[in-house]
Amino acid sequence: MAIFDKFQSLTESHDFLKSVGQSPSELQFDEILSPTEAILNGRRTILLGTNNYLGMTFDDACIEKGISALQEQGTGTTGSRIANGSYDGHKALENEIAEFYGMKNAMLFSTGYMANLGAIGTLAGRGDYLLIDADSHASIHDACKLSDAEVIRFRHNDPVNLARKLERLADKPGEKLVVIESIYSMLGDTSPLKEMIAVKKKYGAYLLIDEAHSLGVMGATGRGLCELAGVEDDVDFVTGTFSKSIGTIGGFLVSNVPGLDIVRLASRPYMFTASLPPSVVATAREALSHVPGATVLRAKLWDNATQLYAGLKTAGFDLGPEVSPIVAIRMQDAEKAVALWNGLLEAGVYTNLALPPATPSGWFLLRSSISAAHSSQQIALAVELCTRIGRELGLISCPAQSSAKVEMMNVGSPRKSSKPEAESVSKKDDAAAQA
Amino acid sequence: MSATQQAPDSILSDPIYKEILEQLRPHAGADSVFAPDTVITEDLGMDSLAIMDFLFDLEDALDLNIPEHRTAEVRTIRDLVAAIVLLQKES
Ligand SMILES: Cc1ncc(COP(=O)(O)O)c(C=O)c1O
Repeated sequence: MAIFDKFQSLTESHDFLKSVGQSPSELQFDEILSPTEAILNGRRTILLGTNNYLGMTFDDACIEKGISALQEQGTGTTGSRIANGSYDGHKALENEIAEFYGMKNAMLFSTGYMANLGAIGTLAGRGDYLLIDADSHASIHDACKLSDAEVIRFRHNDPVNLARKLERLADKPGEKLVVIESIYSMLGDTSPLKEMIAVKKKYGAYLLIDEAHSLGVMGATGRGLCELAGVEDDVDFVTGTFSKSIGTIGGFLVSNVPGLDIVRLASRPYMFTASLPPSVVATAREALSHVPGATVLRAKLWDNATQLYAGLKTAGFDLGPEVSPIVAIRMQDAEKAVALWNGLLEAGVYTNLALPPATPSGWFLLRSSISAAHSSQQIALAVELCTRIGRELGLISCPAQSSAKVEMMNVGSPRKSSKPEAESVSKKDDAAAQA
Repeated sequence: MSATQQAPDSILSDPIYKEILEQLRPHAGADSVFAPDTVITEDLGMDSLAIMDFLFDLEDALDLNIPEHRTAEVRTIRDLVAAIVLLQKES
């Protein structure tokens, strides 16, 4: 037992979660019905926490391509590309992802996590400096552990703080690599990219941006925040993942910096793990080819995101600072956060529960991610359920309303009064949502 | 680590020690007691987020970058003073 003693506090918080409801880490879906629905504990459940932004997981063409690759090339590559060689699909996908971004070079990794480990951990070495955002994803923090560079954090999304840190390094030899994310995965807030770029240019630093949550989601052709902000020429490295909008698994690094290929021989997370299986490569290639033209899906995604954000905001929840396909309810009370998450599950809505210290500012978060495949009815139901449960828990103080008029009518009447308000939309959906 | 040989009285008047206390106060638990050998995490009830915020404030106050690994071995306020002295020498 002794070897596990150091996990005492983890054990305690996990036991707490299990004592009051389900454990997020032990959930098991009985059946996946579509990108937005599954059977969970025997109940039909709306999936509102899967990062499946374009609903690509059940795309017919992607599935077909995956099946033929399985049949033609087998189930796996059984080794790394350095040791065992590449398949034609690896190179083709690299060419396609480079072309998609309009960059010269691309490298595939087995996951987005490993792309960050393999890119960041290798690009910055001994004598160099890594400047990372305080709210960075775990893969970026872990990449720093793998690197021999000095790691300096700057305040979240704060170009002024970044500038101050770079200023202090101005006379130091060694390369400076600034690492940011396009959409931050917990609160869904975006990076002030233009300001960040002005700073990195002023101090001659390199910039790497992780576009994990913005690929397919932002920009006219889905290239992400850099495309949207019109700054692609000023970004040195982009990492990303196929595990979200692309609907499969895999990671990548793209760049215009000459000589990127040498990273293949220096990056341990590239060299010492098996390469992507042919079926995954084929699926990713097909999905990626849909991204530039997926303007209708992107519009629907943002409509859905706006609907969820506005609905929850109107209900009185404290949300992340901007509308994005990640919508997070911020709470200070652990028990209420856990109860809200469990209540939604029981009512048939799956979201993510995120707890400190993995969350910014120690918030307890109910994190949802939206898909273009959601119907507006699904989003409306999720808003209604959140509102009802949030009200029951005292997370939001005013009764749910569908218009200012409803709110006015409720003024003065006791909350959760036994007097039915039949005319209120929320009541109707309360009934529909009865667990 | 050589700072541990320093007499406690001398560190009390060290401007870096004073600055650290100044920056620690807003982040530490309400009934915190500060001494050179106070363990920053346990004695002051500070979690990793509070420590990060405190270090940001301290960097601003001292106009100094404090790289991540330089605080990895720091437990007490005394350790932190020693780490800062070293960083100031290097910069
Ligand atoms: C910002 C960010 N980067 C990287 C990753 C890792 O992606 P993957 O799931 O492909 O390992 C994630 C997903 O968890 C993420 O949110």
